[in-house]
Amino acid sequence: MAEQLSRTHPLEAWLPAFAELSGAVRISAEPFVPMTVLRADPATAGDVRIRGAALPTAPGSWASAGAGWLIWLGPDEWLLTGPGAAPEALEEELRTLLRPVGGSAADVSAQRIGIRLGGPRARQVLAKGCSIDLHPRVFTPGQSAQTTLGQAGVLLLALGEDEFAVLVRSSFGGYLASWLLDASLEYAAPALTS
Amino acid sequence: MQLIECPWCGPREEVEFHYGGQAHVAYPEDPAALDDEQWAHYVFYRDNPKGRFAERWSHAAGCRRWFNAVRDTATYRFESVYHPDQPKPVIP
Ligand SMILES: [Zn+2]
Repeated sequence: MAEQLSRTHPLEAWLPAFAELSGAVRISAEPFVPMTVLRADPATAGDVRIRGAALPTAPGSWASAGAGWLIWLGPDEWLLTGPGAAPEALEEELRTLLRPVGGSAADVSAQRIGIRLGGPRARQVLAKGCSIDLHPRVFTPGQSAQTTLGQAGVLLLALGEDEFAVLVRSSFGGYLASWLLDASLEYAAPALTS
Repeated sequence: MQLIECPWCGPREEVEFHYGGQAHVAYPEDPAALDDEQWAHYVFYRDNPKGRFAERWSHAAGCRRWFNAVRDTATYRFESVYHPDQPKPVIP
């Protein structure tokens, strides 16, 4: 009889370690979410609304689009996350919207996974391996950055005052999870923070 | 570490960038009309000034866009950055 293979999260092996962290830093793996890369000329796509949101034109910004995020990747490139949708359906939905203005959409769901980082020490953890200015007055909710964290290229989103999403290539997920756990150690070990 | 200013993302660490050689090297109007020596000059021959040089750079680990910069090859100082479709600045 054929063996049944079930889908697992690339960070499944790290979930118990995430769960042991204290409240100063919280790390969790985002559930699988379909993602689509959009290309369009902002001059002609200005009136397009993606799940209620206009394409953000400010470099390093993101907007809520339905239950997902619409993230600036470049002057003519965006990333949309569509929780709950089927990857092919999301791609088709976006193609239908962008084709009339000469744009395109491509499914990239398999490219990245998400890690959620929160807690009062989350900024300090990120600052250990990220060279952009993460000061609360500079990297504010609604901003994003494509940069490096540790040795991995990441897409970093400020979701709230001390809430961040880190999107990373799946194959770098394990490395980044280990890196984040190591960076959180001094804030999260109960014996050291009490 | 030196910060390089991406025209879109702002100042970022130099490790995020890739060097692309001399800027404003136009593709030949009629490539088939070039003889081997002219083609070699187009493909391989570049200026090598000591001082200000207009160069191509790519924000490889960020927005992945190409842009141009005027950099001093002796001091490594970036004098200016500009979009690839903008004309070459007058370099004193
Ligand atoms: Zn950039």
